Amino acid sequence: MKYVEEFRARDLAKKLARGIAREADTGRQYNIMEFCGGHTHAIFRYGVQDLMPANINFVHGPGCPVCVLPIGRIDNAIDLVERHDVILCTYGDMLRVPASGRKSLLKAKAGGADVRMVYSTLDALKIARDNPGREVVFFAIGFETTTPPTAVALRQVRTEGLRNFSVFCNHVLTPPAIRSILDTPDTRDSGSVHIDGFLGPSHVSSIIGSQPYEALATQYRKPVIIAGFEPLDVMQSTLMLIRQLNEGRHEVENEYTRVVTREGNRKAQQLVAEVFELRPTFEWRGLGLMPHSALQIREAYAEFNAERRFEVPTIQASDVKGCECPTILRGVKRPTDCKLFGTVCTPESPMGSCMVSSEGACAAYWSYGRMRMPNPVGANAESVA
Amino acid sequence: MSAVIKRFPHRLDTRHGCVDMTHGSGGRAMAQLIEELFRKHLDNELLGQGNDQALFPVSAGRMVMSTDGHVISPLFFPGGDIGSLAVHGTINDVAMSGAKPLYLSAAFILEEGFPLADLDRIVISMATAASAAGVLVVTGDTKVVERGKGDGIFITTTGVGVVPEGIHISGDRARPGDAILVSGTMGDHGIAIMSSRENLQFEPRIKSDSAALHTLVAEMVNAVPDIHCLRDPTRGGLATTLNELAHQSGVGMRLNETDIPIDPAVTAACELLGLDPLYVANEGKLICICTAEDADRLLAVMQAHPQGRHAARIGEVVEDAHGFVQMETSFGGHRVIDWLAGEQLPRIC
Repeated sequence: MKYVEEFRARDLAKKLARGIAREADTGRQYNIMEFCGGHTHAIFRYGVQDLMPANINFVHGPGCPVCVLPIGRIDNAIDLVERHDVILCTYGDMLRVPASGRKSLLKAKAGGADVRMVYSTLDALKIARDNPGREVVFFAIGFETTTPPTAVALRQVRTEGLRNFSVFCNHVLTPPAIRSILDTPDTRDSGSVHIDGFLGPSHVSSIIGSQPYEALATQYRKPVIIAGFEPLDVMQSTLMLIRQLNEGRHEVENEYTRVVTREGNRKAQQLVAEVFELRPTFEWRGLGLMPHSALQIREAYAEFNAERRFEVPTIQASDVKGCECPTILRGVKRPTDCKLFGTVCTPESPMGSCMVSSEGACAAYWSYGRMRMPNPVGANAESVA
Repeated sequence: MSAVIKRFPHRLDTRHGCVDMTHGSGGRAMAQLIEELFRKHLDNELLGQGNDQALFPVSAGRMVMSTDGHVISPLFFPGGDIGSLAVHGTINDVAMSGAKPLYLSAAFILEEGFPLADLDRIVISMATAASAAGVLVVTGDTKVVERGKGDGIFITTTGVGVVPEGIHISGDRARPGDAILVSGTMGDHGIAIMSSRENLQFEPRIKSDSAALHTLVAEMVNAVPDIHCLRDPTRGGLATTLNELAHQSGVGMRLNETDIPIDPAVTAACELLGLDPLYVANEGKLICICTAEDADRLLAVMQAHPQGRHAARIGEVVEDAHGFVQMETSFGGHRVIDWLAGEQLPRIC
């Protein structure tokens, strides 16, 4: 497959592995947070760790849109579809995420709620057009990558006058999350987690550009490499990060130049700015309440805001007891540190969001890297009915 | 003057007619549907006995029997439809024991309002598939459910077949050192289905691999009677089926990603949708496990058959107390190939 296989080439991987081994200082540890679930996924799916020296430690970041959504917002979505009888359109990943009371959108659907999986906002618009007598709500989640399509949909419904369509907006922003991780007591100064630098978001940066990370890199003296999601991108970016750390630099560098520019996609940014504005505060799973870390629909589009159209209360829901998703999302713990991991929490019956999405760290550990655990849970132990 | 009294005064309207509740009531309308649609296309001596069961002599040796319910949306897809699928699916389940499939039964659950034209098309497709495979549909059943209580049509087929002497194929016979072969490219059927659903049109169109595999199996067991395991990787794809076999045999497996045949169009579609082709369904492929010594000979036999042109040796069975199916990635690392959890769902970004 052209333009993809090239970034998964074995020979180049070997060459890069030799370069990393040569340049990495054996006298120190390199703690690298890969921000996105896409990176975590690539590292595990392609076995990138097998090609790295032992002193390169990947710390998995919170960049999994499904994982960081607090349970209360999923409760809200279930409430919308069950109590207000709307057609709820959602991306596939959200269906299995556990909500309060061991519910999920998938279980609500099985119970008769009209939950529909869509591939894009255009599918949701079509459902609204095809069902003029029903209220259709699009469950909008994701980082800056998925925000422009939601903005397009909102512009479109206003133009069309599609009155039965609204958006339940949960879009969140990446730079505040990085700042929050660097500001938590876990990471600050002599905290328990040491992060030397970041593999920065790739798809997100195609929209916002590499520029927004510059202040963070300077202020916290941490290098950021904008890294693509292919395994060679991850390796090349790791090498770039090692070089910066060895030379004592802390800059934003862009490995993903085939897609990302410093300025990003101006047109998409304008579109987003026209439709959305900053929320004063928003709760993230694992990171808690963060000011200016999410978007809400502007007044001009308020009539299509599901939070205005329906009663959507703020729900403070707590995680399942023992679930370490919050600490895993901050990079404080690894999935294998969680007592639930592989015992009661598996992809078949997830207790926490990190086990659901293929971008979640727990799912990546479980599905791809389980054989590396000291006492691995066997392939056929728990998972077969 | 004598008049010929017709059994059914009007012919079944297979152009504009629809299934209604009388077609499942056991009365004259049902008799007409059976006569003018099912028997018309599927006719053979055993079906023609007209009894509630088909009577046939039992040959010496061991018989196998398998049943499969078929529900699929859309009913018609590139490379097949629910009719051909219902024939191929059950023939393959029977054939995976090394057996020669002989007879099929077919039970139809029809939803009130289902177009007779579609039913006609589906039954013709079943007849064509069965006749091409040399297998007879010898008995059947029809039920009609009220509108809204079915999804158009469900077809359950049951098949029986005879296993040749000296063949002992079973999922618990994989042994460390054995070779793992597949008969062709992985994931074609699942992607064909997905792409023919709303809003997911890929160019060029990917066709389902739906096909009967018993003639391929016949040649394989003829060449190597000591085949250890055969299984068709349908739902859950290659990954899930290998895990089933590893579990049943109490072994582990090592695969080489570069050796697994996948159509570039399927790879591209999976890439776009965030799916893993190793978990995508197949309907005309098989996995074979045999001793390492037999592997090359078997592979040559498979590659010489039209259903096995792209057959490949993809890995080996290993000793592993944890029962992991592991893969060396094309990138040079290693990972587990796990059971499919839930349904494969497209990723967000």
